[in-house]
Amino acid sequence: MNFSFLSDPRYNLLGAFWNTIQLTLWAAVGSLILGTVLTAMRVSPVPMMRGFATVYVNMVRNIPLTVVIIAMSQVLANGLGVRLASRGEGAAGAQAFLTSQNFRLAVLGLVLYTSTFVSEALRSGINTVPVGQAEAARAIGLKFTQILGIIVLPQAFRAVVAPLGSVLIALTKNTTVASAIGVAEASLLMNTMLENEADKFTAIFIVFALGFVILTLPTGLLFGRIAKKVGVKR
Amino acid sequence: MKFRKLGPAVAGLVAAGLALSACGSTDAGSAVSSATSAAGSVAAGATSSAGSAVAEATGGTATGGAGLVEKAAAGTLKIGIKFDQPGLGLQNPDGSFSGFDVDVATYVAKELGVEESGIEFIQTKSSEREASIENGTVDYIVATYSITDARKEKVNFAGPYFVAHQDLLVAEGSDITGPEAMSGKILCSVAGSTSAQKVKDTYAADVALQEYGTYTECVEALAGGAVDAVTTDDVILAGYAAQYPGQLKLVGKGFSDENYGIGLTKGDTAGTDAVNAAIKKMIDDGSWAAALEANVGPSGYVIPTPPTIG
Repeated sequence: MNFSFLSDPRYNLLGAFWNTIQLTLWAAVGSLILGTVLTAMRVSPVPMMRGFATVYVNMVRNIPLTVVIIAMSQVLANGLGVRLASRGEGAAGAQAFLTSQNFRLAVLGLVLYTSTFVSEALRSGINTVPVGQAEAARAIGLKFTQILGIIVLPQAFRAVVAPLGSVLIALTKNTTVASAIGVAEASLLMNTMLENEADKFTAIFIVFALGFVILTLPTGLLFGRIAKKVGVKR
Repeated sequence: MKFRKLGPAVAGLVAAGLALSACGSTDAGSAVSSATSAAGSVAAGATSSAGSAVAEATGGTATGGAGLVEKAAAGTLKIGIKFDQPGLGLQNPDGSFSGFDVDVATYVAKELGVEESGIEFIQTKSSEREASIENGTVDYIVATYSITDARKEKVNFAGPYFVAHQDLLVAEGSDITGPEAMSGKILCSVAGSTSAQKVKDTYAADVALQEYGTYTECVEALAGGAVDAVTTDDVILAGYAAQYPGQLKLVGKGFSDENYGIGLTKGDTAGTDAVNAAIKKMIDDGSWAAALEANVGPSGYVIPTPPTIG
C-alpha cells in the first residue's frame, strides 16, 4: 500500500488533526458549561426554566448535527448576518476572518448540540444522589443554588464521569461534521486527499481512521480510570 | 437461545447464496460458450449478475466481472450520474432525470443495445466514483468526471465527450473580472475540490477559501452576499446561473481544460472502444449539440466545438 501522501508538503496532516483537537476542546468546555446550566434549569423550582430546558434538550438532541452546523453557517452567519469574528484590513484579513468565523460557528454548533447530551448524562447523575440529602440540606436552611452547587452536583459529576467520557469521544468524532462549513480539520483534509489521490483511497482511509482512534482511545481509558477513582461508593 | 434461532436463518442464507451463484454460473455458461474455464465462470457468477467470456479480454481484472459489452447484452445497465447538478445530471421532483450527462449516458446505452427502460441511474458523488466502478455498483459513470492520471490508475476512461473550463460565478454587477482579481475576496467551492486550490496556487495567493459540502450551498451563499465568487467548471456554473437569472453571472474567463470522460472498469478495452464509438456517433449525427443546446443553452452558455475522442 502506498503511503507517499504522508510526506507530501501539500497536506498538513498534523495541522488538520490539531484543528480537530482544538474544536473538541473548545466545544467540550463550552458544552460542559451549557450542559450544567441546562441541568440546573431542569431541576430548578421555576416551572418556566424547567420547561425551557426540557424543550431545548429534547429538540436539539433530535436534530442531526449536520443540520445544526450548516444552520450556523447558512442561517446564522449568511442569513442573519451574525459575525463571530471581525474582518481585518487587506487581502490577508479575508482568510483570517473566514477561518476564525467558521471555527467559532462550528464550536457554537457543537456546543449547542453536545450540551444536550451532557445535560442528560448529568441529570441521570443527579438521580443517583439520595433525595434525603437534598431534604436534609433544605432543612438546615440552604438555598436551591447552595443545595445544587455544594451537595448534589459534586456527587452527580463524580457519578457520570464514564458517560461524560463517551460524550467526549462522540464529540471528537462529531467534529468531522465541521468540514461541511469548511473548517480545516481532519475530515476536510481527507476529502481533499481523496480527490487528489484517488488511487490511494484505502491508505488514506486507514491513516485517518487510525488518527481518530489515537485521539479517542486514550480518552476512553483515562475517563474509565478517573471514574473508578472518584466514583461515590454507596 | 438466540443462537438456536440463528441457525436455520444462516442455513437459509447459505442455501440462497448457493442457489444464486448456481444461477449465475448457468447464465454465464449459456452466454459464454466455452471460452472461460469452469472455475472462472463460477467466480464471475459469484461476483456479478452474469459472467462472461470477456473476463479474459478485459485482462482478467481483479473483480472477475464481465465487460460492459456483455452486461449491455443482458438488456440492463446501471449508470452513475450526479443527482444535484442542474443542466448536467439532475433528479427532477417527479423522480425523472435530466441533463447533458443523462442524455449522453442514455445515448451510449442505446448504442450498446439497452433501451431507456433498462437503465437504472445511481447517484455517484465525486468521492465515490472510483469505488462505485470497482465494486460493481455501477457499470459506467457519466458524472462530470474529469480525466486525470491518478484516476486512470483505477478506472478506464472513454471520451472525452466534453471539455469544460474552470470559471467563476459572481453576482451581477460584481467588479471581479477574472481569477487574478480574487485577491482578498472570498471564494467558495466544495470541500476537497481541486478548483479552488488552483485559483489560490496559480492566480491569487491571498484569496480566502470557503468550503461547503455542495455547490448549492455555495451558490446560496453567493446569492446572499456571504461569498464573493463560486468556482468550478463553467458548464456546471452555467446551470446555477440559469436558476438565478439577473442575479448571478459567469465571468467567462475559462482558465483550465477539464476533459470529461466516461468511467468504466479498469482494463475493459472492448467496452471503452464501444463507448468511444457511441460518443463519436452522437457527435456526428448532431444529437450531441442538440443535447447541449437543450440542457445548458438556456443559461446563455456558448456551445463549444466537440472534443476529439481517444
